[in-house]
Amino acid sequence: MHSLAFDISHTLAGGLVLISLMMLYQDRLYSLLNVFALHALVLSLSVAWQAFIQDAPHLYVTAVIALVFKAIVIPVALHRIVKQLGIHRDIESAVGIGPTMLAGMGLVALSLVLMLRVTSDADPLAREDLAFALSVVLLGLLVMVTRRNAVSQVVGFMSLENGLVLAATGAKGMPLVVEISVAFSILIAFIVIGIFLFRIRERFDSVDVSALDDFRGERR
Amino acid sequence: MVVISDIIVQGVQMLLVLLLAPLLTGYVRKIKARLVRRQGASVFQPYRDLLRLLRKEVVLADNASWLFRVTPYITFAAIWVAAALVPTFATGLLFNWTADLIAIVALLGSARFFLALAGMDVGTSFGGIGSSREVMIAALAEPAMLLIVFCLALVAGSTQLSTVSHFLASSYVGLRVSLGMALVALFMVAIAENARIPVDNPATHLELTMVHEAMILEYSGRHLAMIELGAFLKLLLYVSLIACVFLPWQIALYGSGALSYTIGAAAYIVKLALAGFLLALFETATAKMRVFRVPQFLGAALMLGLLGTLLLFVSRSF
Repeated sequence: MHSLAFDISHTLAGGLVLISLMMLYQDRLYSLLNVFALHALVLSLSVAWQAFIQDAPHLYVTAVIALVFKAIVIPVALHRIVKQLGIHRDIESAVGIGPTMLAGMGLVALSLVLMLRVTSDADPLAREDLAFALSVVLLGLLVMVTRRNAVSQVVGFMSLENGLVLAATGAKGMPLVVEISVAFSILIAFIVIGIFLFRIRERFDSVDVSALDDFRGERR
Repeated sequence: MVVISDIIVQGVQMLLVLLLAPLLTGYVRKIKARLVRRQGASVFQPYRDLLRLLRKEVVLADNASWLFRVTPYITFAAIWVAAALVPTFATGLLFNWTADLIAIVALLGSARFFLALAGMDVGTSFGGIGSSREVMIAALAEPAMLLIVFCLALVAGSTQLSTVSHFLASSYVGLRVSLGMALVALFMVAIAENARIPVDNPATHLELTMVHEAMILEYSGRHLAMIELGAFLKLLLYVSLIACVFLPWQIALYGSGALSYTIGAAAYIVKLALAGFLLALFETATAKMRVFRVPQFLGAALMLGLLGTLLLFVSRSF
């Protein structure tokens, strides 16, 4: 069964993993935000393709939500935040790019091995989607772990959520209500995080979260 | 009779790559010059350069050892053999049983090994810089290349180039994200290995940036001609590698008639022209990167190769 439908969804989901890895590779905030917008764009394409092949019109709504909020609203808002905070030239990562990329590859391999074992009797399409979604989630976590700047941690969090949406669309029968509520909770989380960003900035004159360690007296 | 025709076709292939290689380089140079609105030298200039170098006297340093003198020939021979193994216009040629991708990588690697040794042989500082940089680039490009080879081998079930090309020309291969990644990674490796612009600038002799040129600075006369021809051949080899694996259309099959061989050769020349144009376009659009950025560039190629290999396990999982 090597159909074109499978190939296209495979390509889109694989592209999503690739863009997650590209996100690890970026060291400028603006380029990170652009890559994130691309991530969301590919996600919405992937969801729309799933809607088409699963014949599930409600997934189109998810695709549109992903496109509007994640690919347009949030990146634009983050751009503005970065501009207002004046941190667009910050190059920040806790771990070097080389080890991070290696860790990312390890995580992708781990999630593929794990998911292919666990879901051995599932539908191939769902199986492959789940494996990719897990690696996108893990890579999002890795972005959050290896970055010191709060804005890029937010981006990692958002890309993690993209992985969740990918997993949800791969598994058939996810109700629309759940999807919309997840999307909106992410939006709310984004607003809260945005407010927090300005609070952190006000207090410490920087959005480097290591300043928080200093404040708690946990500096090594 | 079959053996004789096989030998003839293989001989034509070897001569074809040898004759076309300077033309390809000249063509890329011409397109690059035209793209920045300059006249540029004729596309046949590399041939004239080679002839001029062949006529000139060889100047050797006093302390040059035998290694320095034999290296140009070893390098050229290794690259020529590797180029003869890549199917250019036809698959299933006489030498095909040896046309293993890993063997080609090994041939190119040994050619580079000798060149790096020769760079250090005379003991000038530039040669040392060039060799150390070249080895640094090679140490990163080779694993990336091997991962691409593994990726292709997993798709096609063989590291035999002829079989790979054959398989990819068939309709069994759908849209595969792994192959796309392998293509991009192979392109990056090809740029690094051929010392093209983002990694190294072949047209400069500025000590801060040169890699390949620094190694061969001490060579002159026919030795330099051999090395230059080897470099031209290497560019052609990578272009035909990409063409035969990723654009295998109209490539002639084993034992088909003279007509299909002719069509294959014409298609091959069209592919070369297209690839040369794209290479020139890419090179005029990018700037040379710092030497310390090269590991990141090649790391990305390594990552793409590895990811492509990993993704293959998912797509074959049903």
